[in-house]
Amino acid sequence: MASPEAAASAATGEPPSLTPTVLEARGVSKRFPGVVALDDVSFTLRAGETHALVGENGAGKSTLIKVLTGVHRPDGGELLLSGRQVHFARPFEAQQAGISTIYQEVNLVPLMSVARNIFLGREPRTRLGLIDFRRMHSEAATLLEGFRVTVDPRLPLHTLGVGTQQMVALARAVSVRAQVVIMDEPTSSLEPREVETLFRVIGDLRRQNIAVLYVSHRMDELYRICDRVTVLRDGRHIHTGDLADLERVQLVSMMLGREITEVRRHGVTSFGDEGHDIARKPVLTAHGLTSRHSLDDISLDLHPGEVLGLGGLLGSGRSETAKALAGALALDKGTISVAGRVLRRISSASAIRAGISLLPEDRKAEGIVPGLSVRENIVLAALPRLSRGGIVSRKRQDRIVDIFMKRLRIKASSPEQKVGELSGGNQQKVLLARWLCLEPKVLLLDEPTRGIDVGAKAEVQALIDELAQEGLAVLLISSDIEELIEGSDRIVVLRGGATAGELTGDQVSEAALFAVLADHAPAPAPPEGETDADSDADADAGGGAHAAATDPLAPAPAPAPAPTPDPDPAPTPAPTPAPVPDQAAGDAHAPAHDPADDPAVKEDLR
Amino acid sequence: MTAHAPAAPGRSLPRLPGPAWFQEYGVYAAVAALLLFNAFFTEHFLTADNLRTQLIQVAPVVIVALGMALVIGTEGVDLSVGSAMALAAAVLPLYLGYGLVPALLIALLAGAVVGAVNGTLVSVVGLQPIVATLALFVGGRGIALVMADGQLKQISNPDLLALGTGNFLGIPLVVLIAGVLALAVAFLVHRTTFGRQVVAIGGNRPAAALAGLPVKRVLTVVYILCGVLAALAGILATARLTASDPSSLGNLMELSAITAVVVGGTPLSGGSIRVLGTVAGALLMQLLRATLVKHDLPDSTAQIAQAAIIIVAVYVARERRSR
Repeated sequence: MASPEAAASAATGEPPSLTPTVLEARGVSKRFPGVVALDDVSFTLRAGETHALVGENGAGKSTLIKVLTGVHRPDGGELLLSGRQVHFARPFEAQQAGISTIYQEVNLVPLMSVARNIFLGREPRTRLGLIDFRRMHSEAATLLEGFRVTVDPRLPLHTLGVGTQQMVALARAVSVRAQVVIMDEPTSSLEPREVETLFRVIGDLRRQNIAVLYVSHRMDELYRICDRVTVLRDGRHIHTGDLADLERVQLVSMMLGREITEVRRHGVTSFGDEGHDIARKPVLTAHGLTSRHSLDDISLDLHPGEVLGLGGLLGSGRSETAKALAGALALDKGTISVAGRVLRRISSASAIRAGISLLPEDRKAEGIVPGLSVRENIVLAALPRLSRGGIVSRKRQDRIVDIFMKRLRIKASSPEQKVGELSGGNQQKVLLARWLCLEPKVLLLDEPTRGIDVGAKAEVQALIDELAQEGLAVLLISSDIEELIEGSDRIVVLRGGATAGELTGDQVSEAALFAVLADHAPAPAPPEGETDADSDADADAGGGAHAAATDPLAPAPAPAPAPTPDPDPAPTPAPTPAPVPDQAAGDAHAPAHDPADDPAVKEDLR
Repeated sequence: MTAHAPAAPGRSLPRLPGPAWFQEYGVYAAVAALLLFNAFFTEHFLTADNLRTQLIQVAPVVIVALGMALVIGTEGVDLSVGSAMALAAAVLPLYLGYGLVPALLIALLAGAVVGAVNGTLVSVVGLQPIVATLALFVGGRGIALVMADGQLKQISNPDLLALGTGNFLGIPLVVLIAGVLALAVAFLVHRTTFGRQVVAIGGNRPAAALAGLPVKRVLTVVYILCGVLAALAGILATARLTASDPSSLGNLMELSAITAVVVGGTPLSGGSIRVLGTVAGALLMQLLRATLVKHDLPDSTAQIAQAAIIIVAVYVARERRSR
């Protein structure tokens, strides 16, 4: 029923007139069973602007994108494209209406040629109705040349690098006469040079008055190429405004927000009582953990009796670090030792044998086995220890299961109930029981309280504290800032897969954490536009709304890519001595050790 | 087309309390119902002779299906079981000269090799099971034919023939072996570490890997077991036929076995293995065919009826999953 309208708006061709707003969402809501993914979200996208969409996990970014691209239909609110209300029943309709999307993983057909991918579904035809390959190839070549990508359009797509494939996706997106291009973390798998090409193309799009919605969690990129920013959190719209007016610290604090956790404020948990009895000698030592595209030389120590917080924004490498420590991530370099003994072969099994347990971030995908009972889920990892000659001992299982169901207060109708039928909090407790019954030395907790109810959350927090007091070494990853700060004795902050700072003692505070999170090479706010590469993008950004600005600026971007592939850290050497002072929290800079080195290293690796 | 796009709402249909019971006991009820029907409407059906025949015929399918159930429990499938049967049959006469036991062991070994290749391709190389086992589905029979010079060979070893026709306490050996194996596999699945790991890996492979389970090893062993069981079925079938016939032995066996497993209530999506259900599933298909044949209906009717049962079984299994 919606299709005729959408089709109609597509048919008119829609020259993106001078109206500043191309795409608007008004009070959009979307509910999934048990979750409100989007709650009355409104935002506008102006012609020719590059608009950042940011938020942590569960903020609703991807749901919003899916609503805008017709994957989901909103439960409430409306979408306006060039001022006309639209309903997209399918992604195809959104595409037809001029909204193109480039996903994180390239969604093209790997075995088809570059040209066919670009023209898939709308190939030029000969008079006989067959595909006119010659025309298609030449048009594809022209199109790609526009992006300064030199590649033979007859090559099968999968023979190209990821970055080039991304360019092909972009060429496809643009060539369907898009008014809006949505990019979902487009740089996550790109090399620095490819990122430059992407940014150049975004500049070209801007000049063609095409709006770009840019989703990324990389602060540097956002500040470099985006004009405005919209922040979502917990499905709600938090802020929309010019990025130039917003300091990084402010942006970070808006993204993270503050959770109302009355339970803990009233002291129900014993978090916040910093006095854990921490042993001097570390039980776990990781040195130089490096893994392509995710970890860059991370080293850390974990002491018995300590809760070590791992801070960082989405994509900073927190989960990867935990996985690496648990032997579940292939490392290019680095060593892990437990109680002085180096793990010779890094695998989940050997890490577990050495006493390292990981509570994974994604409970459903990597944690529970939904079809099995509570009992079987608890004993899963301990099965060999609870068996004799390969035959499981039900009696021993029941004893362990009984102990942990009582201790963690797991609410299930019986140990034989399927785990898939339990609430999130109880599922999480089952997983904790799975690891605790192995009597580990080191417990790595990746978002242990995400998506569980308040009561269970308090119980889990109290348990973490209790375990540390019993002498367990705990690594805590949490996007809940309060939980991280109150729960941790010490916090190591990651950024871009590298260590960005460490907070100890009194430094474990929100202000200090925000300062480290927000800071990078303290790339100044864009309006100052001091770097070559930045200036043309930003100047353009400023005048982005005015289509008139396009012509004089057109030649400008050509020289932009000429400088080194990573002009970002290089041209800002001035603040080398200490990057933090120009941030709000002056008292916070102490923790940021080696501030000058890390960003550069990180930038190189990108 | 737009109207069909949202397939999801089908899930939210109200569910009767019936399906839960049907999922659990449907196969057994169907077998019982069929026997009951035959007791009244089919002459000479519930006789010892006829039941013996039925059980002897179904035994090889049951044995292969037991292995298949393990593989399907890991979210896999093994298409090469028919070829493993043929390979075992081809090897058997070549080594009978060394005595029955060595010949049997070598035939079983052939099945183990087939399984090891499948298991390695799936767990180490990471191929999809359907593709990995397709290689030996095609190639295994080819190798068998080469080994046998493409010929059918009469078997005269009396001990081997006894395996096919002998009785123990009045029960055909073939049936006895299938029964014992069914109990053994049920024990393996429910009571051993290995069996529980198989089910856990099928239920959530990433979780099993993070829990330190030896995923690759378990998967490989599962395929080896499936290959050995298929080889055993090949040996027994050869003994009954009194001839080694690698060109046609085990043809379409993979489909019969998969059918038995699915009809028995094991979901193709893994994470659950119903061993006795598998036996009942094989029995149901066998009895259904026999019933229709006894009523002078053409074989094609039996095929249509079997197809209907498969659809019902898959539908019921789907309901089970979405719960």
